[in-house]
Amino acid sequence: MTTQALQELQQLEEAIPKILEIAKGFGLDFYPMRFEICPGDIIYTIGAYGMPTRYTHWSFGKSYHRMKTQYDYNLSRIYEMVVNSDPCYAFLLEGNTIIQNKMVAAHVLGHCDFFKNNTYYSATNPKDIIESMSVAADRFRRYEMSQGQRKVEAFIDSVMSVQEHIDPHRKIKRKETRNARSKGCCSHDKLETPYDDLWDLDKSKHQCSCSGGCTKKHAKTPEQPEKDILLFIMENSKDLQEWQLDIISVLRDEMLYFWPQMQTKIMNEGWATYWHLRIMRNLDLSEADAIEFAKMNAGVILPSRNSINPYFLGLKMFEDIEKRWDKEFGEGAGREKIFEIREMDNDTSFLRNYLTKDLVEELDLYLYRRIGNEWKIVEKNWKTIRDHLVSSMTNAGFPVIVVEDGDYGRRGELYLRHAFEERELDIKYLENTLSHVFNLWSRPVHLETKIDNKPVLFTFDGEKSGRKFI
Amino acid sequence: MVKIPIRSLEQYRFRYDSRKQKHAGQGDGKSQVGDVLGSEQQPAPGKGPGAGELPGQDYYEAEVTIDEVAQLLFDDLSLPNLEEKKNKKLASETVEFRDVRKHGIQSNIDRKRTILEVIKRNALSGSPGLHGITPEDLRYKTWEITPKFESSAVVLAMMDTSGSMGPFEKYIARSFFFWMVKFLRTKYESVEIVFLAHHTEAREVTEEEFFTKGESGGTRCSSVYKLALELIDNRYPLQDYNIYAFHFSDGDNLTSDNELCIRLIDQLLLRCKLVGYGEIEGPYYYTSTLNSYFKRITNSRFVSVSIRDKSGVYPALKSFFKNPDPKGG
Repeated sequence: MTTQALQELQQLEEAIPKILEIAKGFGLDFYPMRFEICPGDIIYTIGAYGMPTRYTHWSFGKSYHRMKTQYDYNLSRIYEMVVNSDPCYAFLLEGNTIIQNKMVAAHVLGHCDFFKNNTYYSATNPKDIIESMSVAADRFRRYEMSQGQRKVEAFIDSVMSVQEHIDPHRKIKRKETRNARSKGCCSHDKLETPYDDLWDLDKSKHQCSCSGGCTKKHAKTPEQPEKDILLFIMENSKDLQEWQLDIISVLRDEMLYFWPQMQTKIMNEGWATYWHLRIMRNLDLSEADAIEFAKMNAGVILPSRNSINPYFLGLKMFEDIEKRWDKEFGEGAGREKIFEIREMDNDTSFLRNYLTKDLVEELDLYLYRRIGNEWKIVEKNWKTIRDHLVSSMTNAGFPVIVVEDGDYGRRGELYLRHAFEERELDIKYLENTLSHVFNLWSRPVHLETKIDNKPVLFTFDGEKSGRKFI
Repeated sequence: MVKIPIRSLEQYRFRYDSRKQKHAGQGDGKSQVGDVLGSEQQPAPGKGPGAGELPGQDYYEAEVTIDEVAQLLFDDLSLPNLEEKKNKKLASETVEFRDVRKHGIQSNIDRKRTILEVIKRNALSGSPGLHGITPEDLRYKTWEITPKFESSAVVLAMMDTSGSMGPFEKYIARSFFFWMVKFLRTKYESVEIVFLAHHTEAREVTEEEFFTKGESGGTRCSSVYKLALELIDNRYPLQDYNIYAFHFSDGDNLTSDNELCIRLIDQLLLRCKLVGYGEIEGPYYYTSTLNSYFKRITNSRFVSVSIRDKSGVYPALKSFFKNPDPKGG
């Protein structure tokens, strides 16, 4: 290591406690921090894997090469990687200047405070996520030894294709389903609460086949449409072996862990940016450092014509909220408000509740779409834009697909339904994904969706895919 | 060097059709409804304004040399029914150490044999043991030059150059022969290739003429078969050569000639290891082509293919040069 690098390392070592102090002074509340400086290929490996201890899969290699190429050609670089874990690991890119590293450290503290305090993260297990992922990776390696690498890989491919289809709010819902399950199909059973009979008011009497003498449960599985496709497959597929169930279970847990990060992208980045700005302003920066910091910050919050920069939008929204609350309720009320928001909201509620007309106009947000061969701006109305943003982030931006019937046609076939909300699915992807679902279910699989507003049923029976309008 | 795009490795999932959707963006403060953010020349995915955002197809490029491609393509191909022939052609010379002599180069001393000689001599002289090496004990390894022979083969490349063979047909036929020649020269050191071109008359041409010259006139395929038979009988005795004949035509043969063709093909089959006929299906539609006559030939050493476009060239190559034992490639 050159003396200069060594000096910079010492400087950083001295700066970090100061940065922690300032952050605590602002009221940020984070896990114990672990900073590590890594060369580019390590940072990009961790970035591609998403975690430092995950199982291996070719798709991680694919994203590694994409990111690494962009880095090698100086198109984009990631300055840091931070993991929602306790203690919190932050990986800094070797070759960052000292001032970049200070900013990154400050930024990371914002993320860590968010991980620790936002309510949507309360079900993640930051204490043992790193350990449990590495244990799972070990088990996957053993499966590769016993089952053959290709077989395991192909199975992971299939599970990954529906990995987002979990129910992140299952914890809230579970009680409800247990109630539904203890009931028969009619309301002759014991009522759990005095108001339970209200649920059946809009049903005509004895519409089900039990003619009132309900003793058995519904024959239909699932009783209610099930959003957690992975869980449903785990519990109901008849042909899966232990190792396969384990893989599904691990990938599902992973998604539950990553989900909060996916649904708070704007808030989380906005929050971290908001705080790195304020922490850096409290450090004694030389003139040259201040300019370098300003340049780097400008790069981070650079708006894009083709997408929303979450750093910029989030930052602007937090600042706007603080200003508005200060104005209305007096100095200090704004800061209190944004701390409350970072605890209670996710991106959809954040945007729905706090993106204002003034801000949309100030930021010059718009919607565009393809018309003929051109991509044109089609919408400047602030409410439409806000609602579009909210709906595009609903369910973390994934289509909502539920299991409607696990015994379709009484042949044990899987019937999925896309909860259609004005947005069509990518047909080519749909058909290929269905064949992956078939690999998990081992019986014909169906998906109902809409094309041009007409309901269509896609089917994959193991050999060929078909579609018919219904 | 050629670049071959490899369609990668897409990760399928249920996703929205991004091209039918609205997307959000941010302007510089002056954006208006109707502003154009970008346009596409061709409707190609991933070429929209959000090159990084909108999903496209993943392509990876591999850089390979033409020889590497050829190597890969030719891996599974070989001359079928190749037999040992008397008149073997010299393919290469190899050096093998397989003789031991009393004289030779110091660096080639065979120590083991030398020591054995010492022990033997001492034992005979009554004082057994390993002692006293004399110049007579020394043994040297010596090499011999071994010529390596390969069964020789001759390939007759016959092409229809008549007027009905338009640019497309000629392109296909020449593509086939180009790759065939490339294949033969890559895999075999001593294969002779004879080029024959014909319309109503056939003649032997040079390789360059074969690949560049166009002619016109009617078509009489029997002419080239006759020429082939003559050449074989005069130049390539059966006991010395494995003979292969390949003919490409658009099948638009003089109808009265077809019967004769079949008889001549039968003659060729008596002499050849394989007779291949490729017919190029052009934009015209012929009710009775040569190919439909050739359907009557049942000999398994006669192979006919029809090619519709240039993607058919490789399959044709594969069906002619099928490797009977793929592992032995």
